[in-house]
Amino acid sequence: MSVLVQEKPDTSVQATATPLLSVDGLKTYFKTSGGLFKAVDGVSFSVEAGKTLAIVGESGCGKSVTAMSIMRLVPEPPGETVAGSIRYAGDELIGKSRREIEDLRGAEISMIFQEPMTSLNPVARVGAQIAEGLKRHKGMTDAQARERAIEMLRLVRIPSPETRVDEFPHQMSGGMRQRVMIAIALACDPKLLIADEPTTALDVTIQAQILELLRSLQDKLKTAIILITHDLGVVAENAHRVVVMYAGRVVETAPVDAIFSDAQHPYTLGLLASVPRFDDDAERLLTIPGSVPHPAHMPAGCRFSPRCTLATSKCTAEEPPLRSVASGHEVACWLAPIEKHGS
Amino acid sequence: MGQQIAYRLLLSVPVLLGVLVFGFLLLKLAPGDPAMVVAGPSATPDVVEQIRKEMGLDQPTLVQFWRYISRVAQGDLGRSMINNTSVAEELALAMVATAELMIACLAWAVPAGIAMGTIAAVFQRGLIDRVVMAFSVAGVSMPVFFIGLLLMQYLGYKWQLLPFLGRGGPLWTLEGLRHITLPAMTLGFIFVGPVARMTRASVLDVLKADFIRTARAKGLREKTVIIRHALRNALIPVVTLVGLQAGYLLGGAVVTESIYSWPGVGRLAVGAILASDMPLAQGAILSLAIAFLVINLIVDLLYGLLDPRVQHR
Ligand SMILES: Nc1ncnc2c1ncn2[C@@H]1O[C@H](COP(=O)(O)OP(=O)(O)OP(=O)(O)O)[C@@H](O)[C@H]1O
Ligand SMILES: [Mg+2]
Repeated sequence: MSVLVQEKPDTSVQATATPLLSVDGLKTYFKTSGGLFKAVDGVSFSVEAGKTLAIVGESGCGKSVTAMSIMRLVPEPPGETVAGSIRYAGDELIGKSRREIEDLRGAEISMIFQEPMTSLNPVARVGAQIAEGLKRHKGMTDAQARERAIEMLRLVRIPSPETRVDEFPHQMSGGMRQRVMIAIALACDPKLLIADEPTTALDVTIQAQILELLRSLQDKLKTAIILITHDLGVVAENAHRVVVMYAGRVVETAPVDAIFSDAQHPYTLGLLASVPRFDDDAERLLTIPGSVPHPAHMPAGCRFSPRCTLATSKCTAEEPPLRSVASGHEVACWLAPIEKHGS
Repeated sequence: MGQQIAYRLLLSVPVLLGVLVFGFLLLKLAPGDPAMVVAGPSATPDVVEQIRKEMGLDQPTLVQFWRYISRVAQGDLGRSMINNTSVAEELALAMVATAELMIACLAWAVPAGIAMGTIAAVFQRGLIDRVVMAFSVAGVSMPVFFIGLLLMQYLGYKWQLLPFLGRGGPLWTLEGLRHITLPAMTLGFIFVGPVARMTRASVLDVLKADFIRTARAKGLREKTVIIRHALRNALIPVVTLVGLQAGYLLGGAVVTESIYSWPGVGRLAVGAILASDMPLAQGAILSLAIAFLVINLIVDLLYGLLDPRVQHR
């Protein structure tokens, strides 16, 4: 009898665990005078609670627009999310009213941006800028919010937070401002943090500090992170899963190890080849010639085909779907799976 | 901040000096002999000569100028040539009336302009935007006297809604308020447009800023984003505009006061010039110049309050 009780079925294993965020077939277009820009054109991925998903790709491939679509921060007009589903904790966000989204922003899903120098309000004290969200979402009083703001500044390792809390952004360096942004983003204990190239604008040494800070905060707070970057070195150190985007689409998605040991898409291989490595005695077979196609003039077939050294006639005729090549590893390439490379 | 104000005050010294020179020259170069004006048409040449001596008009120009400046520095602006009253006393009364008019005008025109400009920006290219912009263009392109006469004709004379002659007492009394309404509306009308347009442009600009995106990402209500984050930043150029337009406003005040017989400095100046009452004209011009400097100083103070970066420059 007691044996039976102990062997109670584990529901969390049986039921397919819902990811914290799942994006499915997301399409965000811009209507501009130069035509319809399909900046994000059918992107799907999911993020698990407490884990880091990296989104990588060259400039202009739609990483920021994807992030902004999740936050519903795409400027409308000219932008519009025309199709797709964004589920947060099982709850569909597309179709929610602006006010409902405002309740989620900062409280459940937060975002930090690429531009630390301009992302803070120049005329408000940093403490007030942290406190604002706390008062809005947690109903804190001014005094409570200030206490918590100081605590957050300490958490993001800003020295003497009690005095810094009353400073204005212009009194701080770029790295400090990005720490303040992180403090703002994490103040209300969101379950998901979207970090859009949080270190691109910073010095290399500061970059490493900020990323290390994000990692340790994730350990402490169990926040899931979508880390947008074009630096595969950053991916290797920080991410659990990787989504590789090209021209508004996902071309490959895999656990981080698989990306570095078993990349399948020629574009991913090209990105890897352009990262300087220490064990770089292997011949660099693939580099990426050419540039990202103009968003109003996408090539027929595989969008990468004009730049792909391996492209066949099928590649220029028909767009490859995302196909599974291994557990959790999907590739959109007609040539996949290719034999194991590297090592 | 204090340093900045001191710097500002220092800068205003040459301006004041210039105004003094101008006022003095006004007296020197004006047609007609002041001694003769004072003496009256029936005076004998001896009497005129006597008065000229008394007024110090026989002294060299530089000496006269020095005397003039030292008198002004002591607050003695001389006596009106027409009714022999103290210019300083007349001006003190008139300045109160003009300050009232300015305050009443700014008190409605600036908030109205800011509100209109902000709404126009938020509903950019919508109907409200077009109406607001059309209104502000109308306000700018119509001369003050035209608006003044129009308001006076209809609201004052035809429909008898409001008094349109003179001052009805201090601002805090009902009569005072009723009397100031039409002049303040008139003067404000030329000001609302520029403020609305500047606010609109400025808010549109600020709404594109990265920190607005941050404010939205925090989940703040859109209203809060606009008022607390966008407007506060957008007001910085608006305040600058108000400062730059101070002269324009004072010019408008001169016209408005004349139309409505508002007993302010502007009307006093016009009356004095028309009557060749040079001491009074000098004093009035000097106080208008001081008013201009004071408005600019207030603008600087506001600027420092709105933009923390100013304090650390
Ligand atoms: N406001 C906008 N209006 C028109 N097109 C836009 C707008 N914002 C983005 N786009 C288009 O979306 C495409 C993707 O832009 P996005 O900012 O997502 O790129 P990204 O991958 O984040 O690049 P980066 O690494 O430079 O940040 C761009 O090619 C751009 O043309
Ligand atoms: Mg980007």
